[in-house]
Amino acid sequence: MGNTVSLTMDGKAIEASEDQTILEAARENGIYIPTLCQYAGTTNVGACRVCLVEVEKARSLVASCCMPVSSGMVIRTDTKAVRDAQRMIVEFLWASGDHNCLACESNGACELQDLVYWLGIEKPRFPIEPPGYAVEKTNTMISRDLNKCILCGRCVRACNEIQVNEVLDFARRGYRAKVGPAFDADYINSECYFCGECVDACPVGAITFAQARFSGRPWELKKTRTTCTYCGVGCQMDINTHNGKIVKVTGNRNYGLPNQGSLCVKGKFAIDFVQHPDRLKTPLIRKNGILTEATWDEAYDLIARNFKTIKETHGPDSIAGLASARCTNEENYLFQKFMRAAIGTNNVDHCARL
Amino acid sequence: MAGLAAAFGSGAMTNSIAELEHTELILAIGTNTTENHPVASAYVKRAVRSQAAKLIVIDPREITLTRYADLWLRQNPGTDVALINGLMHVIIAENLYDKDYVATRTEGFDDLKKAVKKYTPQEMEKITGVKASDLEAAARMYAKAGRAAILYSMGITQHISGTDNVKSVANLAMLCGNVGIEGGGVNPLRGQNNVQGACDMGALPDVFPAYQKVSNDELREKFARAWNATLPTKPGLTVVEMMHAATEGTIKGMYIMGENPLLSDPDLAHVETALQKLDFLVVQDIFLTETAKRAHVVLPSACFAEKDGTFTNTERRVQRVRTVVSAPGLAKPDWEIIRELANRLGYPMNYTSPAEIMEEIRTLTPSYGGITYERIEKEGIQWPCPDTSHPGTTFMHRDKFTRGLGLFHAIDYRPPAEIPDREYPFLLTTGRVLYHYHTGTMTRLSPGTTERCPESLVEINPEDAKKLGIENGGIVTVTSRRGTVTAKAAVTDRSPRGTIFMNFHFREAAVNLLTNPALDHVAKIPEYKVCAVKVEPA
Repeated sequence: MGNTVSLTMDGKAIEASEDQTILEAARENGIYIPTLCQYAGTTNVGACRVCLVEVEKARSLVASCCMPVSSGMVIRTDTKAVRDAQRMIVEFLWASGDHNCLACESNGACELQDLVYWLGIEKPRFPIEPPGYAVEKTNTMISRDLNKCILCGRCVRACNEIQVNEVLDFARRGYRAKVGPAFDADYINSECYFCGECVDACPVGAITFAQARFSGRPWELKKTRTTCTYCGVGCQMDINTHNGKIVKVTGNRNYGLPNQGSLCVKGKFAIDFVQHPDRLKTPLIRKNGILTEATWDEAYDLIARNFKTIKETHGPDSIAGLASARCTNEENYLFQKFMRAAIGTNNVDHCARL
Repeated sequence: MAGLAAAFGSGAMTNSIAELEHTELILAIGTNTTENHPVASAYVKRAVRSQAAKLIVIDPREITLTRYADLWLRQNPGTDVALINGLMHVIIAENLYDKDYVATRTEGFDDLKKAVKKYTPQEMEKITGVKASDLEAAARMYAKAGRAAILYSMGITQHISGTDNVKSVANLAMLCGNVGIEGGGVNPLRGQNNVQGACDMGALPDVFPAYQKVSNDELREKFARAWNATLPTKPGLTVVEMMHAATEGTIKGMYIMGENPLLSDPDLAHVETALQKLDFLVVQDIFLTETAKRAHVVLPSACFAEKDGTFTNTERRVQRVRTVVSAPGLAKPDWEIIRELANRLGYPMNYTSPAEIMEEIRTLTPSYGGITYERIEKEGIQWPCPDTSHPGTTFMHRDKFTRGLGLFHAIDYRPPAEIPDREYPFLLTTGRVLYHYHTGTMTRLSPGTTERCPESLVEINPEDAKKLGIENGGIVTVTSRRGTVTAKAAVTDRSPRGTIFMNFHFREAAVNLLTNPALDHVAKIPEYKVCAVKVEPA
């Protein structure tokens, strides 16, 4: 932490650390400054300019996400000049893309839409001229509609600075600028690892979950926090469901450690197994060599009978159990307790070694 | 696990994942982190790119992490002990070790010093294939870092010398005073979501929860009282030993919960024989796996998204698992099934929720003493956490090791159990790929992961491929002394000459038909990382 400095923001005397930006100081003091390109954990680039504020004696409006505070600064976040500039920027963004909320997957969870509403913009003063890119549907995981891209660069920074996969960057300049993998390749034809960090980072509907298309709108989805079932990192994630059906998996940066919102391709895009039709739905008992559907009672009785017989005839050490690194602590605890106390053997292991 | 426990008194990852981002140096050995633990690898890559940490990668394969490395040592598979002894030889010879730390925190240094004396970089170049100057550079870089973390995974443990490898890694870390400090440590990354928890909970043949020995009378008495049962004194069999015992007919019945040994175990043909010989096999799983197909009774269980509970991650963090959707058909959570089976066998169990089970766990598991569902609702807690006022432990062995002093082990290099010869001239090493998981029963059902990686590939070096007349994408057969599989070739520099790589996700090319069931003598881990094969165009 740097030294503390005193400054004034919207007429309020506040204190901030000298290594903070105006935006950080504002947020700490409950003063709202809109942002689009700013993304925690990545470099502040000042690309979108919607975080402009007025600083006394500065020769123009400044981007609060990039400007460090200094002692005696007098800042206003809500002047007419600030709002006029923000409106202009948002109108440009609106006019330069295909921001059709009717069919947009991010409708209701879109930072551009929120900003239009917050600034009270009826419609842009400029003709709406989307660039006319083809929507990328060449893979089943991530869909990209660059007509909705506002070039905030959050995906680029998420890819390079958070996951450090170094796949995405800007290409071309001016109104032809676009984000994507090298050589303008589709994700599927690039080095992309499909971690999906860019999907979670995108503030609009430009990068979305392909499988979640038309499967439930943001406000209809229920998010349940849980722990990923794949590797040992134990990432925290939200499983999004709609009417009991899993729609997608999203990261949540509010959950903190161990993953701070990041996930990988398995956590994010390999959840289909849960509701796959091949799941076992009923106990099966081998009859005449064939596994046949049975009730729980039949299955339990058969197991109890056989284990009892084996135990009585050959002793408890003739039975062995494999617990599972896939099951919960509670289940593994019960399993070893079952083998040791109910069967009477220490023949219990799992595939930690494999 | 056994190796770290012998050196430190605890087999768990010493430090935390998040510490990797703010350390000075990371040494990654035998871990293809970007593919096996992608989110942990992000911390490593950020450390390198944003925090200017140094990265040393030690791996025979050109894994993605090598692109971020300051130094990459490409050792011959199975020569890790020789390599690490070589590193320590240089560090001791050049007086770069942490003398204070070695004197006050450890024991057994003189034996170590004597043992590594003959492991000169020049000699080691012959065994490991790593240039002496590179080995010296790595030794100096590691020793001179103020705080350095070692990361490893199955590339270290899945060898006949796995325990020796782990002990060697522990030796190196202690030699430079890197255990018991933030940003340091010896950090095994666990391959499965709850391997750590399954071990902590005593799903092991020789220990109760929290590694309390079944052979210890006092501890056994404690559990016997708590569980109201007479408990067996003799340690049980490990998974590979169980399969041998089943083949020999001494194991008659098996209860397998959520495992698929018929794809994951080494020497599958043998596992198949073992399972067929059983009088009675119960398999409890979410799919009709290869193993379940051989069962006498199959029980449908709820998957992770359909039940409550906890998983313990690789850094000892106990985290909640929550019910998201309902289980299909009649499927039930595993804990409910076990409860009912116990009751039918005349051993009463009356738990009504996983939270109630956790309450019992914490009374018998000292390291979990302070872990309650309420406390871990918002963020998981890392054990050891002895009581409910304890915040948990981000890094272990701070002022003293769990066993008191850290113990150096004098380790000698032993070659792998099976090395290439005239008939089987290639070395096969196995592992995972980013897009799939274990035996593929889950990931292969998703369109995305499958379109990215639809089939098993045999990764072979371009020079080897040329010599054998194998083209990229051509079908090859790979044969070991135990079996044959067929798959497509991927001609790539990622594989060193003389070594091929295959993953074990695809039943169509079940690589464990080939692997060698030779076990590490202590941890009983099979040598998945090295066996001898021949490769032919099909």
